[in-house]
Amino acid sequence: MSSAAKTAIRIGLLGSVAAWHLCLIGMVEAFSRRALVGREVTFGYALLVILAVAIGNLAGRRVSETRQAIAAGAGAGLIVGVALALLSAIISSFSLRTMFVSATPRLVEILTPEAAGGPLLPILAGAICGALGALLSYIPLVWRRVLVYAPLTTVLIGLMREVLVPLMPRDIARFFFTNSGLQVAGALIILVLTGAVVWAGATFQPARRAAGQPGARYTPWQVAQFGIAALLLLTFPLWSSLFLSNVVSFIGLYIIMGLGLNLVVGFAGLLDLGYVGFFAIGAYTMAVLTSPDLQLFQLSFWQALPFALLVALFAGVLLGLPVLRMRGDYLAITTLGFGEIIRLLALSDWLKPYLGGAQGVTRIARPTIGDFVFDTPQEFYYLILIGCLIAWVMAKRIKDSRLGRAWMAIREDEDVAQAMGINRVTAKLTAFALGALLGGLSGSIFAAMVNSVVPTSFGLLISINVVALIIIGGLGSLPGVLIGALVLVGLPELLREFNDYRLLVYGALLVVMMLFRPQGLWPEEAIERELAEAPALAEEQTAPLPAVPTSNTEV
Amino acid sequence: MRVLRREATFSQIDFSQLIVRTIGVVLLALVVIGTISTLLSGRYTAGQWLNFIISGIAQGGIYALIALGYTLVYGVLRLINFAHGEVFMSGAFTAFFLADALNRSGFLDAQPILSLLVIVAFAALVSTSLALAVERIAYRPLRRSPRLVALITAIGTSFFLQYTFRGLFGSNIRVYPDVDILEGTVFGIGRTLIVVFVAAMVMLAALYLFIQRTKTGRAIRAISEDLDTAALMGVNVDRVIATTFALGGALAGVAGVLYALIFHQVNFFMGFIPGVKAFTAAVLGGIGNMPGAALGGLLLGIIESIGPSLILDGLGIPAAHQLKDLIAFTVLVLILIFRPTGILGERLAVKRV
Repeated sequence: MSSAAKTAIRIGLLGSVAAWHLCLIGMVEAFSRRALVGREVTFGYALLVILAVAIGNLAGRRVSETRQAIAAGAGAGLIVGVALALLSAIISSFSLRTMFVSATPRLVEILTPEAAGGPLLPILAGAICGALGALLSYIPLVWRRVLVYAPLTTVLIGLMREVLVPLMPRDIARFFFTNSGLQVAGALIILVLTGAVVWAGATFQPARRAAGQPGARYTPWQVAQFGIAALLLLTFPLWSSLFLSNVVSFIGLYIIMGLGLNLVVGFAGLLDLGYVGFFAIGAYTMAVLTSPDLQLFQLSFWQALPFALLVALFAGVLLGLPVLRMRGDYLAITTLGFGEIIRLLALSDWLKPYLGGAQGVTRIARPTIGDFVFDTPQEFYYLILIGCLIAWVMAKRIKDSRLGRAWMAIREDEDVAQAMGINRVTAKLTAFALGALLGGLSGSIFAAMVNSVVPTSFGLLISINVVALIIIGGLGSLPGVLIGALVLVGLPELLREFNDYRLLVYGALLVVMMLFRPQGLWPEEAIERELAEAPALAEEQTAPLPAVPTSNTEV
Repeated sequence: MRVLRREATFSQIDFSQLIVRTIGVVLLALVVIGTISTLLSGRYTAGQWLNFIISGIAQGGIYALIALGYTLVYGVLRLINFAHGEVFMSGAFTAFFLADALNRSGFLDAQPILSLLVIVAFAALVSTSLALAVERIAYRPLRRSPRLVALITAIGTSFFLQYTFRGLFGSNIRVYPDVDILEGTVFGIGRTLIVVFVAAMVMLAALYLFIQRTKTGRAIRAISEDLDTAALMGVNVDRVIATTFALGGALAGVAGVLYALIFHQVNFFMGFIPGVKAFTAAVLGGIGNMPGAALGGLLLGIIESIGPSLILDGLGIPAAHQLKDLIAFTVLVLILIFRPTGILGERLAVKRV
């Protein structure tokens, strides 16, 4: 058997496993409830098509000769298609539902619709998508970009229907969108338009400006961009919907937390899996100090805020002390334990008179300025925006300060940093304390915004969310936190079908990121530089941040 | 001047350590006070205490089996395999379907011992395969990368597996069938507990012999000492590391079925808490140290079982059983403060990067 055929079979089988996985965990079916274009093309199909194209591309890239590569891609896609048809046949002939809850007749109908050729549809579509995927590697870069980005953007716009429709004039919205997805004509127009934009962008790429250098002057264009962005941010609640304001407020809370945890994990390299503990401490302090439920204190929001921050700060130091001498993995598990301890304490009957037990605390004070009361998500948006700005400025200023550089030195090599005269104790404790402070800030705003705290809102999920968003954005990178929060918090809010699969996708994303792009989506310069230099150092086991040896990344 | 500065640094470290130790001492004092007041109040009878201890030992045996998986992998790769809890869950969860089928066909009642063995073997097989797959796909490509990268991968794998199982088999709790011969008591001790304890001990002994007496076992020990040197000495590192994962997976699979026999139910999230607890047990005994993991598991099981009644009741805390998990985590923090090496371990928590 030729090597191309072998490759096709191997990659095809791999793709089949992935496709079966997607189907049997119910993702395809769940996503099929969301129409993309017209009524028939659903997000579930988009998922499978993307998989087949990726598999075809993967197979094609491993074969050197063009025609063979495309054949290999088509073959791999064909195998995936056959696997899907087979799965459909198995599900329809055996009753698997007592075991596999997602092996439903609906899935059969999705995979092999009678009206569209039954089993022929996945097989043919698989082969075509696979060939297309392989072809992508052999066409000019510009066209590759167009072919990849234009459909993806169209899918994204289709998914953001609920966000976009309220922002558009009704007639235009009707032209582009149906009740659930895009109109066929609208989709085509978007496809062509985005394709043209991508093509133009790639063809007439301007020479790169030396932007971002310290001391470099900003060009008028940059100033204008900044101004427009600021204006959009400031007026956001005025032109967006209530739903969107709510989503953005949550993104903002996560950005504050992300910036805070980034100080600890990104700058100081201390993996903290119990960050939700500080969020909870901030929220609970706010609740205990302001709520009339508990009959303990009845401060106003602004009176309680400093206490909430202080308590969080103190908790940060308290957590920092015992873990000062721990490294990496021990730290991770201890902090995880810390987060759980906080939650269990809040949940316990023992502290119920003080923390409300399982019912939590309600009637938390709303922040007020004069007569103005922050009440709706739109109003809280501004509070959160200010919180984000404070956190951003704080992180930015610390990053280049003596303290920030001390943290990064500790991240790179603790012993060397100490030998250089950095006080490990102070540096680590300040990292924990400042990180905790921002967690507490986010928590206290959260408590005031949702007006109640219950222990179930402070699960491990939040910690993992925050860790995932800073890693996917890029460890130590401030813009990375924004990107990470938008992708990991914003997208799932917009995609309600996605909710059941949130953690699954996070898990997969974390692994894939670590395997193929450990520096994140918007990497911090220093880390990226090191990863680029790393192959030279990779031989040495103690190298600070060596890259993944690419030859081993095949699965 | 230089000397002075250095002393200042040292005194600062001492100061921070002082606070930590004070907290630790206060916690220990609370433990002692609680214990004494409970014992004086005579709230529980001797029989009740015995029951607490026995169920603690059985639970501890399960922790020990899982903890060995952590310790084995930590020994060779210096990696906390966060996904190990999910490996544990996978065996128990998939074996449920076999147990259910056997129960319905009546085979479980006709041949209970054979059925149990088949179920255990099946669970071990599933867990082993999953552990091997995780090692191959997620960990092997990252063997030379920084520990943070590997650790994050491990966390990601854990969530991926958890929610894959949720998607495949649903989020409902599945109830294991009752096995008649495990009902009833011997000398006032539940038969299930005895079976679980004996099975755990047999597994531990088998593992110990394997590690100490076989060539592969020696290779595992060699890699734990020094991976590169072991490779130079002709040890097939990839294969031995895979074997280590397989061993940990098999133990976790058995532990999963034992856990299901005690608690009668499985769900997709069942691996998380036992996983963290077993890690605590491994640290308690000294991570990287196999007898330590076994000892730590048993100790943690007992502490958890008697702790709420013994310590917290005495302190006048209501509904103490809610705080069972809290005790485990507090134990973890206390060990790491006072003896980061664990009971039998070397000083791994601090050094040996």
